[in-house]
Amino acid sequence: MSKFRPLAAFDQSGAAPYTLLPFRFTRLDRDRYVASNMAGEYAVLDRTTVEALVKHQLASDTNAYRDLASRHFLIDADSSVGRDLLALKVRTRLSRLSEFTGLHIFVVTLRCEHSCPYCQVSRQSMDTEAFDMTLNTANRALDLVFRSPAPHLKIEFQGGESLLNFPLIRHIIVRAKKINAAQGDRPLQFVIATNLALIDDEMLAFAKEHDILISTSLDGPADLHNCNRPRPGRDSYERTIAGIEKARRVLGHDRVGALMTTTKESLRQPRAIIDEYIRQGFDSIFLRPLSPYGFAVKTKSYAAYDVSSWLAFYFKGLSYIIELNRQGQRFVESYAAIILSKILTPFSSGYVDLGSPAGIGIGAVVYNYNGAVYASDEARMLAEMHDETFKLGDVHTASYEDIFLSDRLLDPLEESVALSVPMCSDCAFEPYCGADPVFHHATQGDYVGRKPTSAFCQRNMAIFRHLIRLMEDDPEVRLIFRSWASRG
Amino acid sequence: MLSLSSRGVPTRGFPAQTQRLILRLRDNVPPSTACTAADCIYVSDGEDIGIAPAWTFKRDVFDALPVGKCAVLLPEAMSYLSDGDIIALEPSKGALRVLYRRNSPSNSLLVTERCNHYCLMCSQPPKDIDDGYIFDELELAIPLISKETAEIGVTGGEPTIGGDRFLGLLRTLKKHLPQTAVHVLSNGRRFVDPHFAAAYTDIAHPDLVVGIPIYADVASLHDYIVQADGAFDETVRGILNLKAGGARVEVRIVIIKQNVERLVQLAYFLARNLTFVDHIALMGLEVTGFARANLDSIWIDPIDYWRELTEAALWLEASGMRVSIYNHQLCTIDQRVWHVARKSISDWKNAYIPECSRCAVRDRCGGFFATGTTRHSRRISAVHDAGTSHA
Repeated sequence: MSKFRPLAAFDQSGAAPYTLLPFRFTRLDRDRYVASNMAGEYAVLDRTTVEALVKHQLASDTNAYRDLASRHFLIDADSSVGRDLLALKVRTRLSRLSEFTGLHIFVVTLRCEHSCPYCQVSRQSMDTEAFDMTLNTANRALDLVFRSPAPHLKIEFQGGESLLNFPLIRHIIVRAKKINAAQGDRPLQFVIATNLALIDDEMLAFAKEHDILISTSLDGPADLHNCNRPRPGRDSYERTIAGIEKARRVLGHDRVGALMTTTKESLRQPRAIIDEYIRQGFDSIFLRPLSPYGFAVKTKSYAAYDVSSWLAFYFKGLSYIIELNRQGQRFVESYAAIILSKILTPFSSGYVDLGSPAGIGIGAVVYNYNGAVYASDEARMLAEMHDETFKLGDVHTASYEDIFLSDRLLDPLEESVALSVPMCSDCAFEPYCGADPVFHHATQGDYVGRKPTSAFCQRNMAIFRHLIRLMEDDPEVRLIFRSWASRG
Repeated sequence: MLSLSSRGVPTRGFPAQTQRLILRLRDNVPPSTACTAADCIYVSDGEDIGIAPAWTFKRDVFDALPVGKCAVLLPEAMSYLSDGDIIALEPSKGALRVLYRRNSPSNSLLVTERCNHYCLMCSQPPKDIDDGYIFDELELAIPLISKETAEIGVTGGEPTIGGDRFLGLLRTLKKHLPQTAVHVLSNGRRFVDPHFAAAYTDIAHPDLVVGIPIYADVASLHDYIVQADGAFDETVRGILNLKAGGARVEVRIVIIKQNVERLVQLAYFLARNLTFVDHIALMGLEVTGFARANLDSIWIDPIDYWRELTEAALWLEASGMRVSIYNHQLCTIDQRVWHVARKSISDWKNAYIPECSRCAVRDRCGGFFATGTTRHSRRISAVHDAGTSHA
């Protein structure tokens, strides 16, 4: 190969000391550290490597060096394109911010025929129409929706049981489409969150006509679901399953999604819950923690179990789901998928609770039945506990600017940029995390909160470490996780 | 392997000063049919038809043509030539090259032999010569190419070295062959100039892809494989410029001993940084040119890298990227990636070995380069059951 020059002739990395690009590291376990760069790319390193790296002593002919150069932790005399690529990736991650509020939640009624003890929004008896949103309130809220600059709009109907005020849902959808058509026809999507107990053919025909998505509640097998979700007749499960089947028949299989709520009863049976989702033909499940709001607090449901018992439940469930995937069954755990998309892709997730800055107001906004505007679903739940901290205004009296430029929104947003939050700013998991000011206000009385005693921090750090460890230790899991991440 | 060029081809009747002719071979054309100046009419029985030059495979027919008749006698080895094919002919030297075959799905236009890379495994070693005449030739040939041609390649050398002439060629292709997909092979470095990248995308060809190699995720390794300092940075920036302008870009990775170790990391790098490229091809080595000369130092048996290839392909696929495996026999790769293995070897250099005749999946398999039937994986073995492979 005399005409050809050797590798060394092209390797000038030793000619000058390498330059470190911004990165952070955090202990993964006893011997290993996770280092992450600004774009969220990570490397797992042993202590010796971390020390050599920061002292500019890492040898360029090692795989650790090549990995770190390739993932833009350092640049050297050989190549400077890493800086361009890193900038591109950071821009990509943050690009969602410029889109502003895409999800608009309408609480069309607080009435509900269920009486779930964990309910995060106080239910009202069936016949009190005082807790229904009025036509006038809905119209004013719609005007605000269409002031949003977001390129895609999604309107979600919640309750109570939203279908108890179906005439208003119908009105809002028809009117929204009309306004949208006159305004340049942005992609506009509708979701009805419902327990499906009351769904009928007429509602489904309407849903079909307007391409509406259904999001329902399924807590697990019949006994668990019915225990969690009491209603007259104790037939919540049966009605939900019948409703799912009926809705799928009319709307299509993939137009119906389900969410589960974790209770103390759930903690013992992650597999049974997952099996129930598979039995019902779902290809994913969101293993959710219970949030510290609404009735959940009043009835002590939230205090009923702590973070570590929830984590044990979560990890057991996750491990079962991974096993299913190994056997060829494609099934996704959605919370992991959200985090993995932040770890493994250049894109950010739209998930409000893990936004940095938080997704409150700018990712999603809630119009309550009475016209009050809240910065998030959790903010409205907090309000039901008589804490109006995150009430941004009222559709009847406030302008779009009043609401979205209010200090009540801008202050918590400013304080929820994890990059600048004490302790978060030093944490290697920061690119994957958020700062959830509503949670920290609710639990610690402060937008930022103290991270060492934050259940949010404790829970997410444990999950980040767990997911990374699983990927490091098993290439097959890494591939499974990569395929989950694509769905974001 | 098809013979695509020949020297010492007998010609007659052409004026002595004739330099180079671009001729489209035609079957017997009724006298009433209009011929273009570039048409060359087939004669089988000595019957002269009109003033256009004649082509034949038969010596006696060639010899019997009237005095002064322009004609070319094509060698038996080119008996595949037929109506609509295009050749370049230098009558004085009897030098002949086949530029286009109408019945082939894999036509490529070689636009230059010059290159600013000197890749360890180059299948078409570059020559530092002034070959600008090739662009002249192709400008003449393109209008003669069948409008029904599905796809055509543009290759080199490094085609973009031609600069404006390269861009002009693409415009000619767009003008005369609007239905034909064009696939350019380039090292992408020229596109580091945003003006050049913009001029390229401004052509707005309806169906144009540029395939650009990235051999490693680390600059020094890529630069070493292509034997050009600074190539990695220019290529990556070139791709960014192309994608910013909306061009379609394919990344091509030839797997050799030198880059196998970082193949999976390269897949991570591409999925993370160049998520927006349109296709990624993971390619087996074509043992010809420099690859033959350097074979001992660059060869690695596919059976020794099937794990890396599988992980890289599955990672890219899981990342939502379009990925293909080229130039690998199915019996050398993991069945989990069979679905992305394509029959990628051009018809004129494709071959199988005797072992393949007993194979149950031969029809789905891309086989070998004709040049590679002697040096191939030690694990080539007929698959007996289409549902299993040993990898």
